[in-house]
Amino acid sequence: MHPAKSVIYFTTASGAGYGLMVWLAVMGAFGFLPADRTFGIIGFGLAFFLIISGLLSSTGHLGRPERAWRALSQWRSSWLSREGVSAILTFGPTGLYALGWVVLGQNAGLVGLIGLVGALMCLITVYFTSMIYASLKAIPAWRNRWTSLGYLLMALMSGALIMLALQAVFGLGLITVTIKISVALLGLSGVLKLAYWRAIQTDPPRSTAESATGLGRFGMVRMIESPHGEDNYLLKEMGYKVARKHAGKLRRIALVTGFILPMAMVAAIMVLGLPYVAALSFLALISAGIGLVVERWLFFAEAKHVVTLYYGNSKV
Amino acid sequence: MTRLPQNPSKVKLGLVIDLDICVGCHACAVNCKEWNTSGKMAPLTDIDPYGAKPDGVWFNRIHTYEAVDEVAGTSRTVHFPRSCLHCDDAPCVTVCPTGASYKREEDGIVLINTDICIGCKLCSWACPYGAREYDEDEGVMKKCTLCVDKIYNENLPPESRVPACVSTCPAGARSFGDLGDPDSDVSKLVAARDGYALMPEQGTKPVNRYLPPRPKKVGDAVAPRLLEHHDDSNDGAGLLARWVDKVLSA
Ligand code: SF4
Ligand code: SF4
Ligand code: SF4
Repeated sequence: MHPAKSVIYFTTASGAGYGLMVWLAVMGAFGFLPADRTFGIIGFGLAFFLIISGLLSSTGHLGRPERAWRALSQWRSSWLSREGVSAILTFGPTGLYALGWVVLGQNAGLVGLIGLVGALMCLITVYFTSMIYASLKAIPAWRNRWTSLGYLLMALMSGALIMLALQAVFGLGLITVTIKISVALLGLSGVLKLAYWRAIQTDPPRSTAESATGLGRFGMVRMIESPHGEDNYLLKEMGYKVARKHAGKLRRIALVTGFILPMAMVAAIMVLGLPYVAALSFLALISAGIGLVVERWLFFAEAKHVVTLYYGNSKV
Repeated sequence: MTRLPQNPSKVKLGLVIDLDICVGCHACAVNCKEWNTSGKMAPLTDIDPYGAKPDGVWFNRIHTYEAVDEVAGTSRTVHFPRSCLHCDDAPCVTVCPTGASYKREEDGIVLINTDICIGCKLCSWACPYGAREYDEDEGVMKKCTLCVDKIYNENLPPESRVPACVSTCPAGARSFGDLGDPDSDVSKLVAARDGYALMPEQGTKPVNRYLPPRPKKVGDAVAPRLLEHHDDSNDGAGLLARWVDKVLSA
């Protein structure tokens, strides 16, 4: 599939924003983080910036962005519609929680409860985002048992790393909790990514050139003449091939920068002690950011669409 | 409403494509473009039509495949028109966030309301058959309409009320009718010829059917007879012929 920049930014940025929002709620509600006003303004500002810029960017690849509001109408059947509705509803409790923190200086008790409701809705929204992809049967690499879990874990992981960097700068809250959470999430999401790559390589193909044409009864099917000489919409959008050539290398880059390096850096904070916490947590965040973009790029670019069976692919 | 019809009628209009007959002439694709570029989903925009990389929206594309059986040492060349199959369980409809994509309750035709489509392209990702093509210029999705503006068009004589691709096919490889009615001509044709659906494993329940090429006649196939050996000598030729031969040979 063609990896559109707007969609890569949308999924990574809004994922990180929702992840950060979850940790703001959890850390606050359970008393690991005081309701410091400046911390709140920066933390919620960042979370809302990532979420909103991500959502806006997702409308960037629409042919008719001015009609985007129509996408809220079909929540009964469409995951994209559900995602839009859920994203908007989520602003309710998360906005109230942010107000409670910044204006009232409170993040526990009732305010904390509202925050936790918001956190749950953030996770639901991320899940709906993942289902836009995971529901598409025509793209087996997306309709995969690891897709939704991957989106959730990576949102939580990137959110935790931002939280860690913020806490390091402000020197606020129980930073050891965030460190442990980050290491655990980096480890889990790294393992999950390995499982995902293994699955898309070893899962038996769902469809073949023979089933696509129904000509298997006569033997092995190959295309000898394409309907058109130049690439059409289908081939530009669904026949993206660049990634497959470098897939091995890019996967290693994603794995090392996205999961292994940041995990080592965050773990090093525990060993080297808190004087290094700011530098190391920032390095970890930058590295994970790069890794996640590569990972997301691969998620799109590596995924094969069954329509390519009509254009010379033998199995998908 | 992008939910599939809650009370679908029994009528399932669709196409039956005979792969034994299709000669791969692309006439149906051309006439499809011709009719539809001023029809319901008009225009079928072309981009850079006379340039180095022409691109554009088509509802019907004709591929050519070869099926090779290496063990038996045989192969078949098959021309293969590909257009929307007007699926019963159309994933392109259910994924649409705006309600632009819909399946008609009365006859099962899958259409797009291009006035409300936001061009998110999700439906084209959901369709396993590549039946939807995005119009770069208008920023909306387009697809085969089953010529809905022709098959019900009372300004046309009844015999013309069939899809453009069907009426234009010079070989008669395409039929149109109600595949929901087991007694319709198309349903009988499908039954008689073992018509099949494409990629049933994708779970979309296509309405259109393809008829497989008939088995090759092996054994009684005879190569064209060579002309009898022609004798150069003019023995036995008529007087005039012999005279002409003499004059010209001189
Ligand atoms: S062929 Fe594709 S576009 Fe047509 S109804 Fe089926 S899924 Fe939808
Ligand atoms: S491109 Fe248009 S028709 Fe297709 S899913 Fe998006 S809004 Fe619906
Ligand atoms: S039914 Fe009409 S729109 Fe569909 S392929 Fe045939 S000519 Fe084109």
